[in-house]
Amino acid sequence: MASTRPNQLFRNKSAKIAAIPMIVTALFVFVGGTAWTIVYSFTSSGLLPRLKWVGLDQYERLWDTRKWLISIENLAIYGLSMLILVFVIGFILAALIDQKIRFENTIRTVILYPYALSFVVTGLVWQWILNPEFGVQNIVRGWGWETFTFDPLYNAEIAIFGILIAGLWQGSGLVMVLMLAGLRGIDQDVWKAARVDGIPAWKTYLLIVIPMMRPVFITTLVLVVTGIVKIYDLIVAQTGGGPGIATEVPAKYVYDMMFQANNLGQGFAASTMMLLTVALVVIPWAILEFGGSKNRG
Amino acid sequence: MTNSVEIKNLDLQFGAVKVLQDLNLDIGKGEFLVLLGSSGCGKSTLLNCIAGLLDVSGGQIHINGTNVTWAEPSERGIGMVFQSYALYPQMTVEGNLSFGLKNAKLPKSEIESRVKRASEILQIEPLLKRKPAALSGGQRQRVAIGRALVRDVDVFLFDEPLSNLDAKLRADLRVEIKRLHHSLQNTMIYVTHDQIEAMTLADRIAIMRGGQIMQLGSPDEIYGRPVNKYVADFIGSPSMNFLEGKIKDGAFHVGDLAIPLADYAFADGAPNNLDATIGIRPEHVVTGELVGNAAYQVDVEVSLIEPTGSDTLVDCTVAGNHFRVRMDGQSRVSVGQKLRIGINPSMASLFDLKSELRL
Amino acid sequence: MADTTSQTFTGPHGPKPTKAFSRRNIFLYGTLLVVTLYYALPLYIMIVTSLKGMPEIRLGNIFAPPLEVTFEPWVKAWSEACTGLTCDGLSTGFWNSVRITIPSVILSIIIASVNGYALANWKFKGANVFFTILIFGAFIPYQVMLYPIVIMLREIGLYGSLTGLVIVHTVFGMPILTLLFRNYFSSLPEELFKAARVDGAGFWGIYFRIMVPMSLPIFTVAMILQVTGIWNDFLFGVVYTGPDSYPMTVSLNNIVNSTQGVKEYNVNMAATIITGLVPLTIYFVSGKLFVRGIAAGAVKG
Repeated sequence: MASTRPNQLFRNKSAKIAAIPMIVTALFVFVGGTAWTIVYSFTSSGLLPRLKWVGLDQYERLWDTRKWLISIENLAIYGLSMLILVFVIGFILAALIDQKIRFENTIRTVILYPYALSFVVTGLVWQWILNPEFGVQNIVRGWGWETFTFDPLYNAEIAIFGILIAGLWQGSGLVMVLMLAGLRGIDQDVWKAARVDGIPAWKTYLLIVIPMMRPVFITTLVLVVTGIVKIYDLIVAQTGGGPGIATEVPAKYVYDMMFQANNLGQGFAASTMMLLTVALVVIPWAILEFGGSKNRG
Repeated sequence: MTNSVEIKNLDLQFGAVKVLQDLNLDIGKGEFLVLLGSSGCGKSTLLNCIAGLLDVSGGQIHINGTNVTWAEPSERGIGMVFQSYALYPQMTVEGNLSFGLKNAKLPKSEIESRVKRASEILQIEPLLKRKPAALSGGQRQRVAIGRALVRDVDVFLFDEPLSNLDAKLRADLRVEIKRLHHSLQNTMIYVTHDQIEAMTLADRIAIMRGGQIMQLGSPDEIYGRPVNKYVADFIGSPSMNFLEGKIKDGAFHVGDLAIPLADYAFADGAPNNLDATIGIRPEHVVTGELVGNAAYQVDVEVSLIEPTGSDTLVDCTVAGNHFRVRMDGQSRVSVGQKLRIGINPSMASLFDLKSELRL
Repeated sequence: MADTTSQTFTGPHGPKPTKAFSRRNIFLYGTLLVVTLYYALPLYIMIVTSLKGMPEIRLGNIFAPPLEVTFEPWVKAWSEACTGLTCDGLSTGFWNSVRITIPSVILSIIIASVNGYALANWKFKGANVFFTILIFGAFIPYQVMLYPIVIMLREIGLYGSLTGLVIVHTVFGMPILTLLFRNYFSSLPEELFKAARVDGAGFWGIYFRIMVPMSLPIFTVAMILQVTGIWNDFLFGVVYTGPDSYPMTVSLNNIVNSTQGVKEYNVNMAATIITGLVPLTIYFVSGKLFVRGIAAGAVKG
């Protein structure tokens, strides 16, 4: 019989053993790895990491590098356009599908399937479709519009929008699904009440439904933003960063610096900047979402 | 050793919140004890502590003379029945009944005979090969009781076992649990928020509030001599009428009424000049021909009538307070009608206005 | 209008007349048709391109169905396409991906489900601190942790090996899977867990005998999530494995984007489809469960 109190450390022993992978991951990989990278971003690490402090040199050099500045600019353009368009498209599609339509499952399945594909596959398909020699441009010219030009992947000015087209195609299904779940989660009595009150549908969406879907919007926002910051494979597959360095992005900059240019310090500084960007979105969200949850018991 | 379960100075806190405070409770062998209270009073928590499903912060729990404070639930010699039945959905009824016995590594023949006996007692033999999803609510709860039964233990713990059933089934199973207790004669600790269940089943009731036991006693005592205003208000439906006034010169003064207290059994003699509350149960108010026998009579005007079939509840005003009277369902009364009611202070309860304790 | 009906009341009565071709319906279904076609088009183009010969591609337009169906590009993509010097097509990458995906999926699901179960039912002091770190970790850009993991794997001698990549996938799959399992196990009635404890089942007994049999749908969801996620991974494959053990996505990219020789678009598209085939099959077969998997990421913990 348990007449002596079991040792606190070994109480619930199996659960603690089961949690070891989580604890190791959380402490060593997530906290440890992140701290390590931040620390080494203040060093002059080149081919190999070494603790030779250079203060903010890596960051100064980073912000003096044209490739990084273009990467940031691209991320901003891509990110902002993606964010706006993916929400608009995703929400409108969800609202249309929510009209008790026929073939709902088929339509939903078709809109979402790109999300199951890898970015590499997505990038390569759109590289092919946007190929000016054979793709859309060629088709339209074939229809008789000889001067039509649509070659985003070969025009440095608009190349990032070529990526955007592919990104939207791949990612809008996800937003649509989440928005649809949000719409379905709204009490149908709200619609009945709005109808009795004679409020037009668009107004009901704008003034009643969308505000009610705030939590869905916020979680979707966080998912989309973290996805945007991580964008890498799509670029590599679709343009390889080109033409020239027209479609470089921070994630690719980090990879190139670390594993191609043997300039670890730059890679660490650049990835720390990426972390900062994500933190700017995630931390306010976390405070908003979980800040008051302590009282909820 | 006549006590089956002894709880000594039990404390339980979650963080800074004290859920159970210095709680003492002895439960005799074969006793049916009901823990009664509104939600959040700590009754289920106490039961979970007895079962070993919650670790206590202080104090001791003894079952059958053994200190089980730190023992695993399965080592405590208890069986438990839950509100949601908690049957393992992927196992058959037989599997559900034998799961604990298999864990205890009992011989196969022993498991079979115990399952057979329990299913005979509960009349669930035809269901043994079915999955819980194919059973009705009442059948599921029988299986859940069976799961406690096969453990062959002295102490049964019930955590609101009937709350998920509809009213009629609840009444049927209530009777069955009582019958089971009569035939098995083991200790049962039963948590509920339903006072009818408590009154009908219990040998003793423990009324809980804020992690403490307010009153522990037989259903009669709890109903007839509540120790404080909370218990008085909690027990009884429709609930007790309360009038606030003053005890002075052997009478209770409220408004211009003076109810004589000569028949009232004070615990420590009659106080004088004390602010107090008198509690009168609606069913103890006398009407009709018997009014003349009552110790005190007053005329009221009927303001509302609620017929329930067997009884009729009549609302009126006594000394400016809302007051309810229970009359026979056959009585003919109408709103606005003048009515003479009688009050017998011997059946009433008096509480100190400040401390709310029984006088 | 003075109809001789026997109706004694006038004005609208009976069912409201509806038109199948109302303006609303034409707009609604028209839009949805265009949208659906738009989303379906790339898949269609992939398929038709992969079935054409190169001469036909040079002549015609990419939307046109093949005049002469040939499976030559598929064969070539699978076993002959070149990446730099080696010319063994996607097959090597495919089998690498299989050898990466299967153990990664199994290992990550075992670890995350047991961990989620511990978090849901056997809370111990400090468990939530680690869990919170884990969830926040899911938002850290992978780039931040890439190099420290290179060092860790090198220390234990697994850098560049499939085993190393399996560990990486297990680690990065842990936040979302743990959340998924924890939320699911928490949603199961707590009394079931209590009943099992009274019945004398311990940590593993309850996990295997009670929880797992009740949770097959969520295991399926986790499997879908992991198979597609790991199969589609590119970054970890390129960082943590060497040319011999590159997963399929990396081989695909190398085949298509290698600059040597004449571009064979039909082979490229065949290779692209073959690579997308595994997640696509899972997607079309699993249907609603796939959606549940991605929605799980949106459910807060």
